[in-house]
Amino acid sequence: MSLFMTSSPHQHVKRSTATIMRLVMLCTVPGIAAQTYFFGWGTLIHVAIACTVAVVTEACILELRKRNIELAIKDSSALLTALLLAISIPPFAPWWVTVIGSFFAIAFVKQLYGGLGFNLFNPAMAAYVALLVSFPVQMTAWTPPAQLAEQNQSMMDIISIIFTQFSEEGFSVTQMRAGIDGFTMATPLDEVKTALNHNQTLTEAFSAAQFTSINGFNPWTWVSLSYLLGGLVLLQQRVISWHIPLSMLGGLVVIASVFYLVDADHFASPVFHLVSGSMIMGAFFIATDPVTAATSNKGRIIFGASIGLWVYIIRNWGGYPDAIAFAVVIMNMAVPVIDYYTKPKAYGHDKQRTHSLNNQNGGAE
Amino acid sequence: MNSIIDRIKQNRLWDFAGGVHPKQFKSLSNKHEIAEVGLPETLYIPLKQHIGVEGKLNVGVGDKVLKGQALTHSTNPFAVPIHASTSGEIVAIDEHVSAHPSGKPETTVILKPDGLEKWCDLSPLSDYQTLPKATVVEHLCNAGISGMGGAGFPTHIKVGSEKPIHYLVINGIECEPYITSDDRLMREHAWQVRQGIDVLMHLLQPEFAIIAIEDNKPEAIQAMQVACQDADNYLVTSVPTKYPAGGEKQLIEVLTGQQIPKDKHPIDVGIVMQNVGTCFAIADAVFAGKPLIQRVVTLTGKALKAPQNVWGLIGTPISHLLEVAQYQAKKQKAPRVIIGGPMMGFTAASTKVPIVKISNCLLVPANKELPLPQDEMPCIRCGACADACPAGLLPQQLYWHAKSGELEKAQAFNLADCIECGACAFVCPSNIPLVHYYRTAKADIKIAQEEKEKSDRSKARFNARQERLEREKQEREEKRLQSAKAREQAKAAREARNQTQEVDNASQEASPQSAPVENKSDKVAAAIARAKAKKAAKNAQDDAPATNSSEKTDDNRAKESAGKSTPEPTTGQSKDERVAAAIARAKAKKAAQNAQDDAPATNSSEKTDDNRANESAGKSTPEPTTGQSKDERVAAAIARAKARKLEKEQAAKEDANKLTAETASVKEKPAPKTEVTASQETPVKDASTPKVTQKPSANETEEERQKRVAAAVAKAKARKAERDKAKAQQEHQNNSSNSGEH
Repeated sequence: MSLFMTSSPHQHVKRSTATIMRLVMLCTVPGIAAQTYFFGWGTLIHVAIACTVAVVTEACILELRKRNIELAIKDSSALLTALLLAISIPPFAPWWVTVIGSFFAIAFVKQLYGGLGFNLFNPAMAAYVALLVSFPVQMTAWTPPAQLAEQNQSMMDIISIIFTQFSEEGFSVTQMRAGIDGFTMATPLDEVKTALNHNQTLTEAFSAAQFTSINGFNPWTWVSLSYLLGGLVLLQQRVISWHIPLSMLGGLVVIASVFYLVDADHFASPVFHLVSGSMIMGAFFIATDPVTAATSNKGRIIFGASIGLWVYIIRNWGGYPDAIAFAVVIMNMAVPVIDYYTKPKAYGHDKQRTHSLNNQNGGAE
Repeated sequence: MNSIIDRIKQNRLWDFAGGVHPKQFKSLSNKHEIAEVGLPETLYIPLKQHIGVEGKLNVGVGDKVLKGQALTHSTNPFAVPIHASTSGEIVAIDEHVSAHPSGKPETTVILKPDGLEKWCDLSPLSDYQTLPKATVVEHLCNAGISGMGGAGFPTHIKVGSEKPIHYLVINGIECEPYITSDDRLMREHAWQVRQGIDVLMHLLQPEFAIIAIEDNKPEAIQAMQVACQDADNYLVTSVPTKYPAGGEKQLIEVLTGQQIPKDKHPIDVGIVMQNVGTCFAIADAVFAGKPLIQRVVTLTGKALKAPQNVWGLIGTPISHLLEVAQYQAKKQKAPRVIIGGPMMGFTAASTKVPIVKISNCLLVPANKELPLPQDEMPCIRCGACADACPAGLLPQQLYWHAKSGELEKAQAFNLADCIECGACAFVCPSNIPLVHYYRTAKADIKIAQEEKEKSDRSKARFNARQERLEREKQEREEKRLQSAKAREQAKAAREARNQTQEVDNASQEASPQSAPVENKSDKVAAAIARAKAKKAAKNAQDDAPATNSSEKTDDNRAKESAGKSTPEPTTGQSKDERVAAAIARAKAKKAAQNAQDDAPATNSSEKTDDNRANESAGKSTPEPTTGQSKDERVAAAIARAKARKLEKEQAAKEDANKLTAETASVKEKPAPKTEVTASQETPVKDASTPKVTQKPSANETEEERQKRVAAAVAKAKARKAERDKAKAQQEHQNNSSNSGEH
């Protein structure tokens, strides 16, 4: 009888890379649902576009690289990248923005570096940064919550807007973005930044329409809390470890608290910073991308906390209202250094933990 | 007594980094008592079943052996013998597939059991406590006991150590899933395990024995507690289940909170660890005298209808045990038998692989139980492997470097500290066979190191050879130089003699009395010689002020001239020469006296004068009073004059160089050579009339008449030589003064 020979270990835990990717996607569902509820169907349409483009791009490039297409597509990593990019794009952004973004993420940020596992930068965030820098108008065209919008936002309207930049009724993106009061609505972060730039106090800024609460929180906070829910599931499922999300949120809270305590009129509260923009989503879904994050737990904490600091710095003193993408991309660059300096001590190499029984007993005897 | 024991007593243990929690599957096989199985048709007993070296065979093909009879022996401390697992006939001693991941054939004794199970004479050591330690240790060695937990390290080496031991740790962790052999052994034979521990306690004299058992084996813990309840310093400890808690280093960390420093062994910090199976075997050997010929083997996996634990004779082919456990071929699409556990075990190459001393489990998984390896996906740097690693390594970094063949970098990431427990590959979501990469890299490193050692050795050999050749060359060169020098000195001596004659002639020519002296009047010659000697002394003194700037130089010169003149008396074999030497001695005395007389008148530096005097003495001045051949006396006189002239020239040269004493002495070295060269040149230049030059020296002793003629010729010749020499020396002077400037 000839026997089949394999290498140890023969036992494995049953959670493949593909499973992990799908779990992460699944956990974005509450956030996407909230986003759709408050900001219309645009997000879903962009998700669909992005996923299609990403998979097609990945297949084409793998074909060019003569790699196993089926194996790579099945790992769902391209889908996850597309999904994370799409939910970061404003719902009214034109379709080609998403197409370019997805293509860039897969072709340039991921495959040109060698595919899954070899990319230096988070593909979704690098693509987002590229889009933001290239198409600032389209990429900041955030809509008011549907409930506060002046114009009706039907699904057909949104589709029309995305593909033609005009709604069914002929309204432009700018008109669609107008709130009930007729003013174009920005995101809370944007509003705060603008107000502060106009020497207004935060109290004045917070009186703006977008801070209206719906069911207890304002819509942006609702979206953040939905992503938090998904993130907690990821933690509970041990898909991600707590180190990056907690340190990232912690880093932001610490620096925000310091400035808030010093000057509450000009620096928003840490809570506002936490629930605004894509901070929560970034902490649980973006920065935790294993490929581009630090690998040791100590390194993960440094990585996360640094992102938190960068977010605060860019939000307050940078040119953009939000900064998750920039902060993540900046820290992606620092990962090799962090990994280098946070190597765990191998067994028996740590002097403090090595055996000193002889000394102990010598003392006792 | 100390905090470690306190904590163990309170069951407040430490934890080790990483680790995983694979599904256990222990209940498959731990339900039944350890069963006896019938004899297989053939036993395959490999010579080497432990870490170390194999012994030499005691038996040959065709020999009948008894159960328990030693088949090998060795005086090597790292060799433990093997024994016949049953009585029967040795039908072959041949290469047989090994119980090793490679399946590489190795020398195996093939035994056909006769079914009688007849034991050889057994010699128990029940009174071991009264025997010397060495006797017991030797007994354990002879019983063929090596570690039964996995590595197979010879037990007698561990227990024979003289280092002070604080804790004896008995490893009953059995952290691998599926395996239950130690579990069953402890449940059923706790007392015999305890007896084995007693022997170890006696040999090692530790303060405590810590019996560590994972908490998923409550029955075993209870059994051991009962067995050890009367001994205060036997601590049966329940350890939290986590793979690989049974690893030696990990278990020590769990129990003591401390790590074994790298490059050290537990024994270095006073800990010895033994497996429970080994303890059982020790008790068997000491109290029953039985060598290690069987062990508990877990037969498990869902492709076996009757998973269980059995007593497997060493050498039993696994096919026999599979039969016992009712292997169901249809449950395995790809037939596979894992020897050992699912984490660290290896797949058997064939069903003829024998059970050896370290084979604790045969795992025969059904199709979907332990899926075959799937396609390797790219690493996504998730870091799960690093979280799982019990050695604190970065498996993914090791993987990158191991995969790309960057062995040095892999070593920098402490590849050597990897215990190959498989925790990293167990958790890897990308199905990367990490351990396989590490094993390959380790093997490559080993090969590279061996090659490096080899090349280092040959390099050292080559260098040594080069050095030797160089040395020999130098020695040859030195010898050559020495002989050349000797030749030159001999030549110079000859030359000096020739020239002395010439110079003497010349001086005789210069003086009005020279004619009568030349006309063979011994007395006159003697008188002249005396006068000459006086004059020489005076000259020497005159020279002194000029030369005394460097006493050392004078010393050298003195020695040199002495050296030059010494060959004359010693090497010049002719009787005449010896006579000349005697004359020279007498002369020297006189010269010295003269020198002393003159000393007050002349200037300073007694040493210089002395030297000069010695020198002139050395310069063999012929004493006219003795009846000597005129030629020789003349020759001596000439030598004297010659020596003086050389001195003068050198002194002048030194003045010209204006060197410090030291430099001068250094510089001095080439000087004699040049001198030699100069004198050497002379005969070369005289080569046009070799007959004449050679004759006086060669035929001196022969015929007086010839000599006289020769002397006349030599006189003329001498003048010429003088001139040449003076010229040569002047040239040299110029050269050396030039070189002095450089």
